[in-house]
Amino acid sequence: MSEVPKELQDEIPSFDEEHVSHDHGTVDWTGLTSVRGARSALEVGTVIAIAVCVFFGTELILRITDTPTYIFPKPTAVVQALTDDFWLQYGKHLVVTLQEFFLGFAIGSTIGLVLAAVITQKPFVEKVVAPYIIILVVTPMLALVPFLRLSLIRGTSIWPIVAAVALASGPMVLINAATGFRRTDLAKIALARSYGATTFQVFRKIRFPLALPMIIVGYMVGAIFGLLTAVGGEMVSASDQGGLGHQLIYFFSLIRMENFGAVLLIIELLGLSIYFVFYFIGKRWASWES
Amino acid sequence: MVLSSSAAKPKIQIRGATKVYEAKTGPVHALEDFTLDVDDGELVCIVGLSGCGKTTLLWSTAGLHALTSGEILVNDTPVIGPRPDEIGMMFQDANLLPWRSIRKNIELPSEIKKQHVDEERVAMLLEEVGLAGFEHSFPRELSGGMQQRASIVRALTTDPGILLMDEPFGALDAFTRDEMNLLLMRLWTETSKTIVFVTHNIGEAIFLADRIVVMTPRPGRLERIFEVDLPRPRTVAMTFEPSFIELVHEIKSVVERGARPVAEVR
Repeated sequence: MSEVPKELQDEIPSFDEEHVSHDHGTVDWTGLTSVRGARSALEVGTVIAIAVCVFFGTELILRITDTPTYIFPKPTAVVQALTDDFWLQYGKHLVVTLQEFFLGFAIGSTIGLVLAAVITQKPFVEKVVAPYIIILVVTPMLALVPFLRLSLIRGTSIWPIVAAVALASGPMVLINAATGFRRTDLAKIALARSYGATTFQVFRKIRFPLALPMIIVGYMVGAIFGLLTAVGGEMVSASDQGGLGHQLIYFFSLIRMENFGAVLLIIELLGLSIYFVFYFIGKRWASWES
Repeated sequence: MVLSSSAAKPKIQIRGATKVYEAKTGPVHALEDFTLDVDDGELVCIVGLSGCGKTTLLWSTAGLHALTSGEILVNDTPVIGPRPDEIGMMFQDANLLPWRSIRKNIELPSEIKKQHVDEERVAMLLEEVGLAGFEHSFPRELSGGMQQRASIVRALTTDPGILLMDEPFGALDAFTRDEMNLLLMRLWTETSKTIVFVTHNIGEAIFLADRIVVMTPRPGRLERIFEVDLPRPRTVAMTFEPSFIELVHEIKSVVERGARPVAEVR
């Protein structure tokens, strides 16, 4: 970011090193929103005003140019389509996607967290395992869904997608949690040991709390990756129960773009909820480093 | 001269303590053949330049490091691991856990030892160091001096007979440091604990100590021991007296003499 003027740097949204404090590997939570400190009423008002402008501006342009819905659906049509037969068109598919997401994320993040705690105990193990983790991180797991459905997990169940979600979110949690566990503070560990702490007590009272901010970041990134993988997996090879990704393909093939937009809107709201859940978890449990 | 009484035995006996680290560039002699006795209730300061083995000596006494050879006895028993009931350790900076409130930080030793927190004692200590009312604050909300006070309370909650202090006031400004030294002196007088205090501040060492041990680096050796016969209770005013300043100069020259060979090699 060296070419960016200093006064502008705070405004650039990123997950890069600039926002991560190196002291104990703790995280500046405001860094995740790309804005320092809490938003003022004016800032919140402006954000809402922009959303309103975009919504009605798009509507206006589409009406003036008389653009057909199959080219670009009007925002009002999308909202209209959302309320139309909600359960059958979206609701039950939302439930399927959520099922895949929660199952996959629970499995993947748990394995990722435990592995992170284990491999960081031995630098040798960590160095050997690291390249494979990177490979897992960069592999688009949703591409594996058809393969899983045909070969490893045969059938039309949700399990191939659950597996893909786990494979997508697990390494994300692992890589971030490992960063957290790696940042040991010898003085704090010595402190606990001087009181006679066992290895497990040192882990529970020092290493884990020290790693917690990074673990939460890992969960946040992993959850968002998991959701995208669930939806993408449904797009390439949905179970017989459908899912939001399946509905995207379905409405697109029928050129019902207002319904397509409605599904996209639901997915967006899901992603935002995940973000805010972890943002507030971070605020509550890992804000000790201001 | 009382040979049979166990009460007269030194609280800490360090016998030929040697510690060699294996570094990439070869072995580092952090501590070599160091021998020292510390009596019950004595306050000994260890001074020396960075890297002279002060911290290694202290951590070995606390049972946090194993020696390469030699042995350390605390209460007549060889140290082979941490001795939480007998030894309280204070570290550089306050070393509080930033995710815990002051109260929770102070409870950490009891928590690890799975003991009940002595509420009365904690309240008394907090009052004593002037931290009453700050129990629910977080470390980052307190000044450096207040954090260090909390750290003292933490070390004293479980009432160990020995305090090992590793440059605890090194990061504080001069005024706060004086204040903390006075507080430490008061607590020491009241509780008659045995204290080994590591510092690189000679003035601080003279102000506090019964005896000052000067160490020289590479290998970390005991260079000389100074007896400090300033009357107690000591005051900050004493630090400006000619005899005090003379002693500072004398110790400083011994500390620096040890450093010269290293400076030439580099």
